[in-house]
Amino acid sequence: MAAASGLMRRPLEQVTVREAINQGMDEELERDEKVFLLGEEVAQYDGAYKVSRGLWKKYGDKRIIDTPISEMGFAGIAVGAAMAGLRPICEFMTFNFSMQAIDQVINSAAKTYYMSGGLQPVPIVFRGPNGASAGVAAQHSQCFAAWYGHCPGLKVVSPWNSEDAKGLIKSAIRDNNPVVVLENELMYGVPFEFPSEAQSKDFLIPIGKAKIERQGTHITVVAHSRPVGHCLEAATVLSKEGIECEVINMRTIRPMDIETIEASVMKTNHLITVEGGWPQFGVGAEVCARIMEGPAFNFLDAPAVRVTGADVPMPYAKILEDNSIPQVKDIIFAIKKTLNI
Amino acid sequence: MRKMLAAVSRVLSGAAQKPASRVLVASRNFANDATFEIKKCDLHRLEEGPPVTTVLTREDGLRYYRMMQTVRRMELKADQLYKQKIIRGFCHLCDGQEACCVGLEAGINPTDHLITAYRAHGFTFTRGLSVREILAELTGRRGGCAKGKGGSMHMYAKNFYGGNGIVGAQGQIFEAYNMAALWKLPCIFICENNRYGMGTSVERAAASTDYYKRGDFIPGLRVDGMDILCVREATRFAAAHCRSGKGPILMELQTYRYHGHSMSDPGVSYRTREEIQEVRSKSDPIMLLKDRMVNSNLASVEELKEIDVEVRKEIEDAAQFATADPEPPLEELGYHIYSSDPPFEVRGANQWIKFKSIS
Repeated sequence: MAAASGLMRRPLEQVTVREAINQGMDEELERDEKVFLLGEEVAQYDGAYKVSRGLWKKYGDKRIIDTPISEMGFAGIAVGAAMAGLRPICEFMTFNFSMQAIDQVINSAAKTYYMSGGLQPVPIVFRGPNGASAGVAAQHSQCFAAWYGHCPGLKVVSPWNSEDAKGLIKSAIRDNNPVVVLENELMYGVPFEFPSEAQSKDFLIPIGKAKIERQGTHITVVAHSRPVGHCLEAATVLSKEGIECEVINMRTIRPMDIETIEASVMKTNHLITVEGGWPQFGVGAEVCARIMEGPAFNFLDAPAVRVTGADVPMPYAKILEDNSIPQVKDIIFAIKKTLNI
Repeated sequence: MRKMLAAVSRVLSGAAQKPASRVLVASRNFANDATFEIKKCDLHRLEEGPPVTTVLTREDGLRYYRMMQTVRRMELKADQLYKQKIIRGFCHLCDGQEACCVGLEAGINPTDHLITAYRAHGFTFTRGLSVREILAELTGRRGGCAKGKGGSMHMYAKNFYGGNGIVGAQGQIFEAYNMAALWKLPCIFICENNRYGMGTSVERAAASTDYYKRGDFIPGLRVDGMDILCVREATRFAAAHCRSGKGPILMELQTYRYHGHSMSDPGVSYRTREEIQEVRSKSDPIMLLKDRMVNSNLASVEELKEIDVEVRKEIEDAAQFATADPEPPLEELGYHIYSSDPPFEVRGANQWIKFKSIS
């Protein structure tokens, strides 16, 4: 079956993030005929980043739809479809292009259930790659986690590994609210071991729940998306020096699982946040603010520290780009500073 | 007599390449200009269109040939550098579309203003930047026209506003049409119709592929974008229309790109190799100009070959520079965030990393 449909399914093997998203969408398309995918190059081209490979061949023109290059237009069409009872997955080739359509995401999708007094739900998924890639410069490298995470009415998820990607896309599609799924282009090709539960067609990861990827006692390290991997690398390095980091994969930006972070900080007494986006008004800033507002504040032995992208439009030259995104060394530095080492 | 002239010409070309001396020798052999028939443009809301004949001077012809060949070779060099991973990120090449940027520039003034999308290297060159600055920007070095900070899609020059990465603004175009017509703005809207939007053919993306009519109340022309003389005449016509106070006008240039949408797109999953080959053999803009010039004695095959050699050398030198030039200094990471402001500090990856920002 796998060979005939061209879809990738290997039991107990490594699955890339791309394959995981593909599987998740495939399963939900199969499960519910109201689900459909639209966007640029998603059908006949198999997806600009090949995430929707094989789906058009399997489901055809009515379920997998190539749109003209008109983000505001097709996002609006998708929202209308959701209001009318369908369950669209609206792909933005990158979230940078979603800015062309952001009015539809916020004003037509996010706010509508509230504005209608609970009458009109908008069960839509907006998905696509977010944040920096490699050498794609200023207009193609922005992280939208903070912008979308700012808005009540939206749910915003940010998967890191394959398990996250599959479980979260499925939950997003089944959710009756507008969900923004912030994928990462550099993670698409990265393979991860799939736990056996993830093989199931009903494998879901709840939106709004963070995961502790690594237990530790000395410091809480909170991240989302690709930087989670960098944090785990930093943790491995520091472990050799006797520093045990507790690494939390946020998985969801909104609604934020602050409880998991609080419980961890109450154990470790130290906190750093790591994100690819800009520092001002970012995800880390929100985490820090909420920690201050809650019970974990009194358990902090040092101020919380944020590791972020540099506060500049993304430069193109490699040396500048490398210094504009958080590296493992920056994470290690921040951890040691916080621990006063 | 002819042998003597040929000998003199050889001696002169072997020495310093001074166009003046060559013209002196050459003018004895070649015609000064020639008249050509060009394709009639399809018209929308226009009583008359551009002329169907045009005069090409030898000087202009040689200049256009050199410019088109430079753009062609520059793009092919970029392809090479990209495959060597010396150019990174996105790279959208315009080989095949040379008649558009060169022909356009031939029809306007350097003081006119131009803006385009991401397939911009050709325009960056015709708007006055050197191949060196362009290639060094592609390789992300300090000698690049944006100091290495912009890359392929973000090159700017005087009266050239880039190079822009975000498209997908079909609605915005109609808003622009409305306001331009309402306020009679002297604006030429140009569609380089290369038949595909990334991997989607125009038939699959447009309810009407008569793009020159899509301005509705704005008059339009459909132009053979592979013929540089046609592009030039149409541009002159359009510019005159605007300058005379009649308001905006639309030009659809029918053209073709040999490469895929970008270097990440092989360009053969949505079109056939036969199609690409057919355009190359029948409609290549450089070939069309060359044939015209040779057949009407405006230039010799050898002379054009010489230009090819010079262009190749220029590109090679530029590529050498672009590969050897150092990257921008790390200290300048924060520069040029704001204009005309006093210096301030920019935060890096954490609160202890600071960069200086100056205007």
